[in-house]
Amino acid sequence: MNLRKKMVLALYILFLLVPIYWLLNMSFKSNTEILGGLTFWPQDFTLANYKVIFTDPSWYEGYLNSLYYVCLNTVISLTVALPAAYAFSRYRFLGDKHLFFWLLTNRMAPPAVFLLPFFQLYSSIGLFDTHIAVALAHCLFSVPLAVWILEGFMSGVPKEIDETAYIDGYSFPKFFVKIFIPLIGSGIGVTAFFCFMFSWVELLLARTLTSVNAKPIVAVMTRTVSASGIDWGVLAAAGVLTILPGMLVIWFVRNHVAKGFALGRV
Amino acid sequence: MNKVHNNKAWWLVLPVFLLVAFSAIVPMMTVVNYSVQDIFDPSTRIFVGFDWYKQVLQDPRLHDSLLRQFIYSGCVLLIEIPLGIAIALTMPTKGRWASLCLIVMAIPLLIPWNVVGTIWQIFGRADIGLLGWSLNEAGIDYNYASNTMDAWVTVLVMDVWHWTSLVALLCYSGLRAIPDVYYQAARIDRASAWAVFRHIQLPKMKSVLLIAVLLRFMDSFMIYTEPFVLTGGGPGNATTFLSQTLTKMAIGQFDLGPAAAFSLVYFLIILLLSWLFYTAMTHADKNR
Amino acid sequence: MGWMAWTLPTAIFFGAIALILVGMTVWEIRSPCAERRGFLPIATTRGDRLFIGLLGSAYWHLLILGVTDWSIWIASLLSMLWLFAVMRWG
Repeated sequence: MNLRKKMVLALYILFLLVPIYWLLNMSFKSNTEILGGLTFWPQDFTLANYKVIFTDPSWYEGYLNSLYYVCLNTVISLTVALPAAYAFSRYRFLGDKHLFFWLLTNRMAPPAVFLLPFFQLYSSIGLFDTHIAVALAHCLFSVPLAVWILEGFMSGVPKEIDETAYIDGYSFPKFFVKIFIPLIGSGIGVTAFFCFMFSWVELLLARTLTSVNAKPIVAVMTRTVSASGIDWGVLAAAGVLTILPGMLVIWFVRNHVAKGFALGRV
Repeated sequence: MNKVHNNKAWWLVLPVFLLVAFSAIVPMMTVVNYSVQDIFDPSTRIFVGFDWYKQVLQDPRLHDSLLRQFIYSGCVLLIEIPLGIAIALTMPTKGRWASLCLIVMAIPLLIPWNVVGTIWQIFGRADIGLLGWSLNEAGIDYNYASNTMDAWVTVLVMDVWHWTSLVALLCYSGLRAIPDVYYQAARIDRASAWAVFRHIQLPKMKSVLLIAVLLRFMDSFMIYTEPFVLTGGGPGNATTFLSQTLTKMAIGQFDLGPAAAFSLVYFLIILLLSWLFYTAMTHADKNR
Repeated sequence: MGWMAWTLPTAIFFGAIALILVGMTVWEIRSPCAERRGFLPIATTRGDRLFIGLLGSAYWHLLILGVTDWSIWIASLLSMLWLFAVMRWG
């Protein structure tokens, strides 16, 4: 029984890793080797593909643009979502349930629906092709998600803590910053991770709202895909490099990530 | 938890409300405005009433992609939910292996969606991809770019690869919340593995499973990037789902009116479905 | 505002929705309502019933536009009846 379990898990993990191995394998090959025949290991190991990315500004600026708007989005989402999640977890107020559901519908709404008006909206207020435009557009789904996850984590903190603090003479802002935020530190970390992740992986809005100055790496990659002769090696190297930031941030939240995926509700 | 009734809490929610209203309500109003007009340029526009809706609702393209969308989302749920539960049951409970498992399983979730498409595009090609090459070597004629069935299978396998981990991680965290006492009681009763699953694990996983179904259904319902990169919606229109039809209309042909009407129909479908799932979820929470 | 392409009918539509929301808020402050069971399969509050009513109305319109050639006013009339029924007995 136990062996069978391990076999199933090992097979699944193999299934997850093989396509990534293939991408990594290709990123170290030259194009002649890629097109020449199938090799399971780079015969003629080269870093040339990575060199292209790190020396060509249109490539590495794509990375910087993406990182910039993703961080901006995470900061904005957390700042507005923290007090709101506290309100949802501690108080009942007029229309609270409907407001919560309305927020969730924005997480569920397909970005394609908002594509056209976003384009017009950000063009008309002169924010088209800026980082803040993409960050704000991504708030549409990251803020509801952040409120949802944080609310789950905050509901796990006993209310007696709030009450004791108020009796001890703490004002609300002081209590919130000094006592409450440290208490749900892991929840905030996980929420930041999720905001980061969903903003990092999104393509449609990021591509539509930018043209040159804020062009994200994912859009740079699709441009290469549609070009006639595809540079497979560079494409694979760029793909490998987009996986790295996610792996870096997941390391910090590894112990809480499962709870985060359950939106703090376990 | 007993919540206090306090309408002042609105002040705490106000920033979120304003931010999301700016990104959701203003665009939504614009979509409604566009959907009732024929727009040539900002100054020349004609009010056409519900004509676009009629055209869109009777458009075979919409019917086809809607049908494909439901089949696709159904397949995704049917494969990923049982598989995710099965994987979660096999995961180690603690120690270094557990963290390692978690991290490895989270990797596909952190890859930008177009890179997921690219990975499978490369992986499935017969000339340079391991999968396509080995299938063809094994005597199976496989080409996702020209054969409808192959394209569907590839898109589905890609989705399973991409998202099953989400279901597994959700179920895993649900399983972790079961106290050991339950398992001890089951051991004393000499309950079979199936009975443990049916009467202890499944009921405890119910609330996270609902979240998983909700998230997987919604995300598969708006899928755009991965098939766009992998197959470009083809061969023909075989893997063109709702979002892609809409994007083609809105950005490709810049048909503002019909695209807006289509958007609203799409949004109404999503609204109804997410309301149904959400109501089911909150009721499950209440009856716990 | 030019890019939003406002028209009189849509302005009236959104105005009406806003008025209904304000009205519901005032009503709720004056006399808070409790959940109850009607012909709908779940217990609902007044706000829930309004949402169900409005969503249902949208679907009535889509149905009539999609499968019949009737005038849109028939759909609107049906929706009003539906909205009233849900609010009153739902």
